[in-house]
Amino acid sequence: MAEQLICRNVTLGYEGDTVASGIDFKVSEGDYLCILGENGSGKSTLIKALLGLKPQMSGEIERYGDIEVGDIGYLPQQTVVQKDFPASVREIVLSGCLPKCGLRPYYKKEEKQLAENTMARLGITELANRCYRELSGGQQQRVLLARALCAAQKILLLDEPVTGLDPKAQLDMYELISELNRDGVTIIMVSHDFTAATKYASHILHIGAHHQLFFGTAADYLASDVGKIFSERTVAENG
Amino acid sequence: MGDFAAKLQLYFSYPFVWYALIVGLLIALCSSLLGVTLVLKRFSYIGDGLSHVAFGAMAVAGIAGLTNDMYVVLPITVISAILLLRTGQNAKINGDAAIAMISVGALAVGYMLMNLFPSSANVSGDVCTTLFGSTSILTLKETDVIVCIVMSIIVIAAFLLFYHKIFAVTFDENFMKAAGVKANVYNLIIAVITAFIIVLAMNLVGSLLISALIIFPALSAMRLFRSFRSVVICSACVSVLCAGTGIFTSIMAGTPVGSTIVVTDIIVFFIFCLLSLFTRRKTN
Repeated sequence: MAEQLICRNVTLGYEGDTVASGIDFKVSEGDYLCILGENGSGKSTLIKALLGLKPQMSGEIERYGDIEVGDIGYLPQQTVVQKDFPASVREIVLSGCLPKCGLRPYYKKEEKQLAENTMARLGITELANRCYRELSGGQQQRVLLARALCAAQKILLLDEPVTGLDPKAQLDMYELISELNRDGVTIIMVSHDFTAATKYASHILHIGAHHQLFFGTAADYLASDVGKIFSERTVAENG
Repeated sequence: MGDFAAKLQLYFSYPFVWYALIVGLLIALCSSLLGVTLVLKRFSYIGDGLSHVAFGAMAVAGIAGLTNDMYVVLPITVISAILLLRTGQNAKINGDAAIAMISVGALAVGYMLMNLFPSSANVSGDVCTTLFGSTSILTLKETDVIVCIVMSIIVIAAFLLFYHKIFAVTFDENFMKAAGVKANVYNLIIAVITAFIIVLAMNLVGSLLISALIIFPALSAMRLFRSFRSVVICSACVSVLCAGTGIFTSIMAGTPVGSTIVVTDIIVFFIFCLLSLFTRRKTN
């Protein structure tokens, strides 16, 4: 499989303070990588670095093939502003095509078609004229996922995509992401849901308090010391 | 009734009434366009801050004895808009604290300068005019009207040209940055257009009431409409209608133009609030 992203010994931080160091992993076409880590372990800083929003302190992040900055579709966490935003689903999904416009002040026919197709693909066509703020959490995430898919078809970077959803909606969301992955979309998902990560992902990157604890396939992770400690803790919490 | 019509006809035989109407409606249209974005971005107060800066700049222009104060007021307001937006992002000084600081500071300095170097005998009258717009819209000259039309065209054209970008950046700045859109540039454009609108609107409602002109139509429209486009269109219609009604009322009843328009906006806001209660009940 063709490699798409490689991180070599990356150190992340803010204004001289190191948040995480020794980040070392690669993502190939069709992978489903789940980034695990507790709050404050530098997951969100890593996202910013991968998206090219914020440079890393040291190390290299390389993009291969035809992947450039902006070719990664991003599903951010919801912001306060969006909670009462008057916008229709179609307007939001279509805005995913905006990067293709450059300075052109209108959307082309193909872009509008792409938005319609993507809504159909994610099963939200009948919501197209509904107002975003009146949708359920799961439906809102689907809308944002559709927007990300309009912006980029090869890699999706999902930041805690199931946070705040009820169990049924969480399951639907995970299934939908897996389906996209089976269609050939590379998935990078940030999460602290150990069970779902090991169930759905092909690879796991586990970041500890200040440095990387594990990178490898999900099967290897479950057999590793880090994975065992984490799995016992999860069982203890849930049992 | 015939008396009323005759009075109206008489007023419209004066060019200054026409000027006031043209300028008022254009300003109302422009100010409502960006209102939705500013409210949603939690920048409602930026309008207020900038208008106070414009007040300070006007005082400076008055002292310098410039015949057309637009040359001073516009650049200063634009620069302040850019600075305010940047501080909001860097968050070294809290965004709203920065706005409060600049706006009150400009107000104080402006009033001080007007008192130290009075350009006319009636300082408090001058101050009142600048703050509340009072009668200045009824004393517009032909050149003022032309300047206003040109600036309105610039604002409307810029808004239409960047409409999709403004929407996208308002809804989700981080996503757009990640996708390679230069969100900061569009934020800058929003700030500059806002500055233009404020300088424009100073003539109509004065610097204290500008925020009302920007915010009320947007808030009213957001009560009833559910897509960005319909909210923007509704807010523009509401704003223009309120301005028209306000100008007529003030001419007939002799009330100050600026505050009459704003009161009309407030009434419409409450009507829309009531209406939204009914429509919401229906959908539930």
